[in-house]
Amino acid sequence: MPYLEETYDVVVAGGGHAGCEAALACARLGLETIMFTVSVDSIALMPCNPNIGGSSKGHLVRELDALGGEMGKNIDKTFIQSKMLNESKGPAVHSLRAQADKQEYTRQMRKTLENTDHLTIRQAEVSEILVEAGKIQGVKTLSGAVYHSRAVILATGTYLNARCIYGDVSNPTGPNGLQAATHLTDSLKANGVEMFRFKTGTPARVDKRSIDFSRMEEQLGDKRIVPFSFSTDPESIQKDQVSCWLTYTNEETHKIIRANLDRSPLFSGAIEGTGPRYCPSIEDKVVKFPDKERHQVFIEPEGLYTNEMYLGGMSSSLPEDVQHAMYKTVPGLENVKIVRNAYAIEYDCINSLQLKATLEFKAIEGLFSGGQFNGSSGYEEAAVQGFMAGVNAAMKLLGRKQYVLDRSQAYIGVLIDDLVTKENHEPYRMMTSRAEYRLLLRQDNADLRLRAIGHEIGLVSDEEYERTVRKEKDILAEVERLENTNIGASERVQNFLRAHGSTELKTGATLAELVRRPELDYFMLTEIDEKMPDLLEDTAEQVNINIKYEGYIRRQKQQVAQFKKLESRKLSVDFDYSTVNSLRKEAVQKLNQFKPMSIGQASRISGVSPADISVLLVHLEQSRRGRRE
Amino acid sequence: MRNTDTIAAVATAMSSSGIGIIRVSGDEAFSIGDQIFRKYRSDDEESHLWNPGQESHKVFYGHICDRGEIVDEVMVLVMKGPHSYTAEDTIEIQCHGGILVMKKILETVIRYGARPAEPGEFTKRAFLNGRMDLSQAEAVMDVINARNQYALKSSVSQLNGKVSGKIRELRAKILYEIAFIESALDDPEHISLDGYPDRLRQILKPVIEETEKLLDSADNGRVMKEGIRTVILGKPNAGKSSLMNVLLGEERAIVTDIAGTTRDILEEQIQLEGISLNVVDTAGIRNTSDVVEQIGVTRAKNAAESADLIIYVVDSSVPLDDNDRHIMEMIKGQKAVILLNKTDLPAVVGVEDLIKLTEYPIIGISAKEGTGIDELEDQVKSMFYEGEIDFNDQIYITSVRHKTALTESCRSLKMVMESIDSGMPEDFYSIDLMDAYEQLGTIIGEAVEEDLINEIFGRFCTGK
Repeated sequence: MPYLEETYDVVVAGGGHAGCEAALACARLGLETIMFTVSVDSIALMPCNPNIGGSSKGHLVRELDALGGEMGKNIDKTFIQSKMLNESKGPAVHSLRAQADKQEYTRQMRKTLENTDHLTIRQAEVSEILVEAGKIQGVKTLSGAVYHSRAVILATGTYLNARCIYGDVSNPTGPNGLQAATHLTDSLKANGVEMFRFKTGTPARVDKRSIDFSRMEEQLGDKRIVPFSFSTDPESIQKDQVSCWLTYTNEETHKIIRANLDRSPLFSGAIEGTGPRYCPSIEDKVVKFPDKERHQVFIEPEGLYTNEMYLGGMSSSLPEDVQHAMYKTVPGLENVKIVRNAYAIEYDCINSLQLKATLEFKAIEGLFSGGQFNGSSGYEEAAVQGFMAGVNAAMKLLGRKQYVLDRSQAYIGVLIDDLVTKENHEPYRMMTSRAEYRLLLRQDNADLRLRAIGHEIGLVSDEEYERTVRKEKDILAEVERLENTNIGASERVQNFLRAHGSTELKTGATLAELVRRPELDYFMLTEIDEKMPDLLEDTAEQVNINIKYEGYIRRQKQQVAQFKKLESRKLSVDFDYSTVNSLRKEAVQKLNQFKPMSIGQASRISGVSPADISVLLVHLEQSRRGRRE
Repeated sequence: MRNTDTIAAVATAMSSSGIGIIRVSGDEAFSIGDQIFRKYRSDDEESHLWNPGQESHKVFYGHICDRGEIVDEVMVLVMKGPHSYTAEDTIEIQCHGGILVMKKILETVIRYGARPAEPGEFTKRAFLNGRMDLSQAEAVMDVINARNQYALKSSVSQLNGKVSGKIRELRAKILYEIAFIESALDDPEHISLDGYPDRLRQILKPVIEETEKLLDSADNGRVMKEGIRTVILGKPNAGKSSLMNVLLGEERAIVTDIAGTTRDILEEQIQLEGISLNVVDTAGIRNTSDVVEQIGVTRAKNAAESADLIIYVVDSSVPLDDNDRHIMEMIKGQKAVILLNKTDLPAVVGVEDLIKLTEYPIIGISAKEGTGIDELEDQVKSMFYEGEIDFNDQIYITSVRHKTALTESCRSLKMVMESIDSGMPEDFYSIDLMDAYEQLGTIIGEAVEEDLINEIFGRFCTGK
């Protein structure tokens, strides 16, 4: 039978947050790229929460932006409220979060994709991967069309064999009733890929007109908006924002939930997938935390041109009638009208231990993957993986070196290292506590950490890069000036110190010493420091942080130096550990299963002890000298 | 030359004989030496152990001082890398062989910036720095592996049960607080940290006090069961507990005339003129149907297997029986002394009866009247000084390592207090709390892995 046949450099399966970043990265690097989606209208869809960022996820978006990704720029174009979380805490945990106009977000991203050279968008379901002798050859779609390519990036999100469930209703669809992809799993399994089944959920959407906001607390955006993208001019995005609203569940709500638990597919066993512990459904919360009298419910707008509101905190898979009854017990929702029910969704994903840190499959050359397909959760987690998979696929085809960010460079590095090194039994979500060097991995310095890499890859323009180089220079110069400028105990200085509740000087002090005092900061120095240069807002912020937290930052840098030593000792992924006699059995088994890329990665595998690492180091040295002799 | 941190360990067997060597290797070896070593001739012009241009392998004579106090009179051998075992800058402190002295010097070196070496680490560095040839690689790997397994075993088995329980308790408290802080940082809109710093201060106070208490007791040897592991064996009512009491000079074990009174194991530390004995009293060994007693008997057998020295008490007032023969079978191949107890009673068993059965030294005693105890002590001393009894010296190293970990966790916890006092943001607390948690974990051999994430999800309701 005749069929359509085309050839591209790269095939991307999926048009969600991972797929978009992957496709853009490849196309922008000049590779002929085709992106498949089950529906062109659902490109960069946000099927769950209407926001981008949040604690640690905000870090991911800024890092992605620094490297040359699109998510930061797109949310800057389409946000309707913005907030810096944790502002009263240390700079390492400040995190940006913006409410998106969902439709606008999708539209803008689609516009960008559609106007990118070398990028083809096609509505079709990828049903098979084509592999020959352990190498990817392309894909086949449901219609039988064959697309030859040298690299394939799978970013199928939650669509593989997806099933949406509430009560005893079970629909074989992807999110929002979109068509599920029911064929690819079989093809993957036939090629030896190990699959998991995960679960997640989303709350109901309700009609704004049926909500009594007078019974809720208003949640405003920040007065001064900080953009996500380092390329966005802050002045260009100061605008009117819409509000979110806060209300609470109560004993009445919990009573209804408890009385109907037996009708929940989660508790009756109808759902087999593993759900995330961090994003529990309201029925999970009520069961797990019976002492809590109330749970928060955040009412968030889905966009400017819709009345739909998102009920944050109330994701559920309880039957429709129970959902209606429970929402009505919540203050302000007494007369609420539901537009879309809450539901749980189950889907196929892979055991991510099958991937290298480059996000290429260890066993299938040229096959890459990213996003929820890899067992993660969240738009931001998906986007950064899609980007890294896209970059590495492109690098491979261009014959350039692969990019693996390590745990001391970026949250992206932590996320991917966790995925490919640690056994993962639930959708993986980023958290700041997962980053051991978080004082260095701040959202405010993502550009200083990663712009150079983005520029080297070729996705950050010279102009954008030069701005970062300038910033770096300014910071260094100013920190040096503050460290070396002594001020005497003049009347003016003493007055300044008194006014801020700070101890007066006995002799002199450097300006840096003053900045380090808890009650003072760099910005206050304007009162006594005439020579202070007129720095950009974000440059001055860096100066302040670098001086104020210098002790802690230095400590973490020392730890990083230790870490880097082990990370730089590379291991071959083809190595058979059973040939090292002195390794313990458990270590051999784990190492053979994980096939780490470096001694550092090996040391993070559970079941591999420090003694095993010592043995490995000796072994490495042995083979190094063996080769030399 | 690569940058390395500086490690230290006792390089000789930790026994009371001969001299002891404490080896310090790494970039800071010389500067640490300079800080703790006072040369004997104070008019010596050279102020440092190592001065540029100096020949390697120079020996100095003087004192090791810890904060002004003389610890011991020593010789220090200075070796400039690569002319040392590890090929790194190395000093070897040769001191008098006493265990306490060696331990003290090791602790001093660590206080001034070295860290306790991992088992096999000197050998590993020697190999990695090219001091050993390729054919030795397999052997090096075996050494690392064997020493680690040995250290792990001694670390866990020698840790006082109460202490490990206490450490678990402290860790659980610390972890809970980290998880709380992290949950709040992760989900600031659900969990508030208002007023938390003051609360944490109150919570940490007793935790710091407990850790300090543990540190104090580490100095008194109460954390680690240090010493020659001496196990007292014998059939029921042979007088083992009486012997223990005589040795201790106090009524520690319960002594009755009823056979089978000691149902579990009692352990005590005894100092015997510079030799430290960790004496283990056991349940009498006999065939028994009493379930509790049976457990005691099994434990006694296990204790005997890991003993450095066995004191086998024979009741001279009753005939030898199957139980005695069973015990003699059990101790074959181990170091032992046989005590013929109850010489105050009419004898049924004499020295001549035992000589036929065993080659071990036999001493007649009366635990009740305290006779023969001096002879026993002399016997043990001579066995030790002649090198007949060797013992698990890894324990001393482990105990130094534990002490270092306790000191570090104390310091980290105090840093949290300082951060609270100086108004640092809450996310800084969890950095130092995590350090304390990890340090305490090394004592009981527990890694961190996914503890925190599990605690966050298990204890706190977060998420959208």
